[in-house]
Amino acid sequence: MKKVVKTVWECVRTVTGDNAYDRYLQHHAQNHRGTPPLSRREFYAQYTDQKWSGINRCC
Amino acid sequence: MGGRILGVVLAVIAAFAVGGIALQRDEPINALWIVTAAVCIYLLGYRFYAAWIMAKVLSADPTRATPAERLNNGRDFVPTHRWVVFGHHFAAIAGPGPLVGPTLAAQFGYLPGTLWILVGSVLGGCVQDMVILFLSTRRNGRSLGQMARDELGPYGGFAALIGTLMIMIILIAVLGLVVVNAMKHSPWATSTIAMTIPIAVFIGFYLRRLRPGRVLEASILGVALLVMSVWLGGVIDHSPTLRAFFDHPGAPLALAVIAYGWFAAILPVWMLLAPRDYLSTFLKLGVVALLAIAIVIMHPTLKMPAITQFIDGTGPIFSGKLFPFVFITIACGAISGFHALVSSGTTPKLITNETDARLAGYGSMALESFVAIMAMIAATLLDPGVYFAINTGTGVVGAAAAEAVATISSWGFPVTVEQMQELAREMGESTLFARTGGAPSLAVGMASIFSSSFGSSLTSVWYHFAIMFEAVFILTTVDAGTRVGRFMVQDMLGQVWKPMANTSSYPATLIASTLIVAGWGYFLYIGVIDPNGGINILWPLFGIANQMLACIALSVATGIIVKKGKIRYALVTGAPLAWLAFVTTVAAFQKVFSSDPKLGFFAAANSLAEKLAAGTLPEAQAAVAPQLIFNQQLDGWLTVFFTLVLWFIIGDMLRVAYRRITGLPLPASSEAPYEPTRLNGITGETQHA
Repeated sequence: MKKVVKTVWECVRTVTGDNAYDRYLQHHAQNHRGTPPLSRREFYAQYTDQKWSGINRCC
Repeated sequence: MGGRILGVVLAVIAAFAVGGIALQRDEPINALWIVTAAVCIYLLGYRFYAAWIMAKVLSADPTRATPAERLNNGRDFVPTHRWVVFGHHFAAIAGPGPLVGPTLAAQFGYLPGTLWILVGSVLGGCVQDMVILFLSTRRNGRSLGQMARDELGPYGGFAALIGTLMIMIILIAVLGLVVVNAMKHSPWATSTIAMTIPIAVFIGFYLRRLRPGRVLEASILGVALLVMSVWLGGVIDHSPTLRAFFDHPGAPLALAVIAYGWFAAILPVWMLLAPRDYLSTFLKLGVVALLAIAIVIMHPTLKMPAITQFIDGTGPIFSGKLFPFVFITIACGAISGFHALVSSGTTPKLITNETDARLAGYGSMALESFVAIMAMIAATLLDPGVYFAINTGTGVVGAAAAEAVATISSWGFPVTVEQMQELAREMGESTLFARTGGAPSLAVGMASIFSSSFGSSLTSVWYHFAIMFEAVFILTTVDAGTRVGRFMVQDMLGQVWKPMANTSSYPATLIASTLIVAGWGYFLYIGVIDPNGGINILWPLFGIANQMLACIALSVATGIIVKKGKIRYALVTGAPLAWLAFVTTVAAFQKVFSSDPKLGFFAAANSLAEKLAAGTLPEAQAAVAPQLIFNQQLDGWLTVFFTLVLWFIIGDMLRVAYRRITGLPLPASSEAPYEPTRLNGITGETQHA
């Protein structure tokens, strides 16, 4: 039960983008060792600009 | 085996529910029949038809690595759990379209629209979304325009680009008109909608400066503020001095929306667009869930007849016969070409395994279609007389209340002035006559559902909550659409003069934003000054444009299926394409060539010109007549243009199919080469690959 709640919560965080930075850090730690990661603020700024550079909302 | 049993059970329930709807003709029907039939039909389509298309037509291969895996960069290309992709995709495709279309189409009765929503989505819209999503995933997330260029040819690609830009302009104008009509002389609605702007800006600063990227807490805070703004709007409405500031006719409100759209396009996204979108997504998911629960609790009886006399083309809300206009009026909710743009945008870059396209593509569209079904229920549970009184423009029934109720009652839908006054008082509005656009009548329907399920003392608050919800939703589309349109204009002008393509250049941004806002602003303004309500003209134009875009998407899909050598399956996308092309062309033909001024654009222009020349128009109408005449002619030419683009693309697709069948050389497939997945084939367990 606890595990289900945790999975659902993680799903909600991922859908909303709430944990986007945590996931970026994880990706960075695995693939780009040695270079400093972006700060939370820098990451969010880039993330927002990228999200709104194409068609992602409809009628 | 279990799946088969489930299928049989679903089929029996669906047959029973549809049979219930059919047998109870001429007596009132409960909304639960429709809900049950809809859910079972979606599940059957998903379980059998979508799975068959995936396996046989598209040959989805679970061992093939998707772009999310191959190009994983931790940002846009990220392998994501399929339910998360579903949520993302649904949030992206669900807009105000499926709320407005069914509300307008309810003038034909509840049956035609409901059947088209169900059949159109299961065999058309869901298929389109899933196939385009799949094809784009196979091509590293390429856009619809790029796929049209790669697979059909450069002309097809250009037609797709122009079509997209045009539909964007018409879409924003018609949605802007819906908001303006909801705010007209309603201080409560206007002040609440005005307050959503500073709330969005505050949330933007919160997410950028105070607590960067804490999306959930910021959204919850924002939604709480929005609910407070609904309450505060009520306070303003009750104060005679304050309400004067927010009590405006249509024209200045339209100018305000135009100015707002222009600022939203040039401001950085984090300030207004991104936070507004977080709030609108939260509201949207919350309201959809709440509405579904409330409909089940209330299980209202539909008061609208199954079919009204207006199928003969004399409908007061929009003109034209049942065929073809029900298929044009309900685009979103049955099949929406616009979805193909989203399905070939962000979503394909998140798909972990290509078989997930079934849930994200087919599943999301089925849910969107269900939203359209709920909108249809909300519109048809009202007394038909009330429904027509709210949705019919003053140009049709006259501006005086007594005159309007007499006309509407003479159609066989009795309504009284007292009844309308009582309803307006209950909803906290000064009047509900001629509130065209669909938003007010949907809000009245939603308020009755919510208040009878969750407490009847708050009807006026529920009404304005529903209006705020629709407005936040629509303004997000206005913001996002203007921005995308701006990029497209910059892209096109950049081909002529390089510096225009620079999206970070301030002058280039200003010029492109002004052009796009001027484009939709023009149609919005004309729609507001039109005494027939504007929706009458703009909504069919939007429907034709949206179906044209769906034809482009289905042509690309059919072309690719034929090129892959699967000609025997070409009807999967070819049949909906043929139907849409037929329906859209007939509708366009009538809009252009009909001699009935209520239906044909050019006939309307000529009739108005004659009246103007003869001097029979009232002074107020004569003043705006030249603009209306020009606009009708422009709309007529636009319809011609949309039809030409549509047949041009179909011709291009048939050319490709002919060359494939006769063995002539063709452009190579742009599919990315096969690479085996290293994700153990376990979809959804690999979020952090």
